[in-house]
Amino acid sequence: MLSIKNLHASIEDKPILRGLDLDVKPGEVHAIMGPNGSGKSTLSYVLAGKEDYEVTDGSATLDGEDLFAMEADERAAAGLFLAFQYPLEIPGVATMTFLKAALNAQRRARGEGDLPTPQFMKLVREKADGLGISTDMLKRGLNVGFSGGEKKRNEILQMALLEPKLCVLDETDSGLDIDALKVVSEGVNALRAKNRSFVVITHYQRLLDHIRPDIVHVMAKGRIVRTGGPELAHELEARGYADYVGEAAA
Amino acid sequence: MNAEVRSIRTAAESALVEAFAAVGPSLPGGADVTERRAAALREIAERGLPTRRVEDWKYFDLRALMREARPLAAPISDAEIEAARALLPLAGFDAARIVFVNGQFCAALSDFDPLPEGASATWLADALGDDGAALLDRGEAPAGNAAVALNAAFVADGIVLRIAPGVAVARPIHVANVQTGAAHAAFGRVAVTAGEGASATIVESHVGSPEGHQTNTHVAVTLADRADVTLVKLQDEGLGTLHLATLTATLGAGAKLSSLALSAGSAAARQQVYLAFRGDRSTAEIRGAGFAGARRLLDTTLVVEHDALGCASREHFKTALDGEARSVFQGKIVVKPGAQKTDGKMMAQALLLSEGAEADAKPELEIFADDVVCGHGATVGALDDELLFYLKSRGIPQKEAEALMVQAFVGEVIETVEHEALRDALTARSERWLIARD
Repeated sequence: MLSIKNLHASIEDKPILRGLDLDVKPGEVHAIMGPNGSGKSTLSYVLAGKEDYEVTDGSATLDGEDLFAMEADERAAAGLFLAFQYPLEIPGVATMTFLKAALNAQRRARGEGDLPTPQFMKLVREKADGLGISTDMLKRGLNVGFSGGEKKRNEILQMALLEPKLCVLDETDSGLDIDALKVVSEGVNALRAKNRSFVVITHYQRLLDHIRPDIVHVMAKGRIVRTGGPELAHELEARGYADYVGEAAA
Repeated sequence: MNAEVRSIRTAAESALVEAFAAVGPSLPGGADVTERRAAALREIAERGLPTRRVEDWKYFDLRALMREARPLAAPISDAEIEAARALLPLAGFDAARIVFVNGQFCAALSDFDPLPEGASATWLADALGDDGAALLDRGEAPAGNAAVALNAAFVADGIVLRIAPGVAVARPIHVANVQTGAAHAAFGRVAVTAGEGASATIVESHVGSPEGHQTNTHVAVTLADRADVTLVKLQDEGLGTLHLATLTATLGAGAKLSSLALSAGSAAARQQVYLAFRGDRSTAEIRGAGFAGARRLLDTTLVVEHDALGCASREHFKTALDGEARSVFQGKIVVKPGAQKTDGKMMAQALLLSEGAEADAKPELEIFADDVVCGHGATVGALDDELLFYLKSRGIPQKEAEALMVQAFVGEVIETVEHEALRDALTARSERWLIARD
């Protein structure tokens, strides 16, 4: 599904990713944990195609397709989805308008026609209900006046609607209380499928109590430094990242 | 020594003088009107068309923009009427429609008889005979304004609308102006008088073929006490046209004027607004949205004069620019001595979609009263890359993401139009621009 090899990336000539390898198979859930500044968010942005970052070496492919040869919108159409740590507010663009533009843009990129509006409305309503997103929120400007939890639920709604192959969740648990965390996690779990993979980036183990990973990686200084099963997350929770910060500093 | 300030006329100035000599005597109106026209023309003949050395015209050098004066439009032919029919704007919008083709009333394309209950109309030519030269007054416009003077000198056709006191006219009245055929000059005038407590919606549209026409209109509105008038304008002239437009408005007490202009067309357009509060506790909302690409120029020049107690004015202008297009906003709020409790706010915002686009903003406050709340702001910026990335990360291509954001930007102003069919038509027009970016 996702194959990253020897990835090096920098921002304003400052190297952040320094030889990262990652291989995610269909249906797998991978967690990437690591201390602040280890490059976790950079990895998500580089995969999604944010222009501020420069890939200086290495490769990333999604089902064999070279991600770095595509624009951000093409990567999305190819099946990549990034759930933002801080979803942005766009006043004046109604959430519903935005969802429709996104879904139809991806359908067009795949050579499918636009979804007729009544069908689209029905689809959005179904998905939104499950996440506790009201019609009123859908009419408002994108994320405008949404609480932190509502913004994250809105990210999951987009994910549910766009049905990506690979979902990258960047610190989705940040700023969520325990109830919101449950709603969001349930939303994610409902999307787990044998041909859909997840990369869950998080600083804390608690998200992984709700979204159970198959594989846990520890990232430090721009690389994956250790890989294990779900038990690794518990070990990190107990012992912290001190070992890895030390290693990175060494 | 008697120094001649300017003795050499440009081709355009000479042509205007010659045209007036030729047609002046046959323009409608009695001797007083003829004299008023001649006086207006003399302003142009003596001073010449304004250049950027004239402060008010600094960003809209009329002499350079009007190197030649187009000939006055000939009487409209059947072929031109048919061509105009195809260009008629706001087709799906239900209104009493009064159509002028090349500045001349066109019965064949009009559909307004009878006017809505409470509204009455007189053709300008007849009104000039009855009411005389006062109809050509500059209203609240400053003395010597070239666009106003040219209009007074040459305008031959137009309409005087009266809304009877106390009547709420529900059906909008749409004055459509269409330019077609060979490049020409066309003048128009719409005078609106709303009686005490009257309300009405007047829509003004301008469309035309791509030839280099020169259009000049003056809309003069007078609101009696507690009158409530909504003005909506669609400026969608052909892309070769030079469009000069003046709105003058005088408000009585407790009156409300709400105005929105969407500037979508023309090579160069100047929208002048001169508004004065002459009665207490009135409100005015003057809004504008515009977009331009290529090397087009959009100028909004506005003076709102608070000359009464407790009036509120809101001015909000937004333009989106691509290519090497340019927008100008010169806005001034004047608070006269004694105009206490004035509440005035003015905002001009421009979105630059290309390296070559330019926006000039010159907001001014001139306050001679001490108990007022007045403010102004201006922003010029590009689209936010972070927001664009967010949209693109959802599969929305760059151009479409930009369009969504520009639509949201100008939409803030367009959405204030309460009439749904009209609002939809203006929104659709902005969507078309976002594809063409012309």
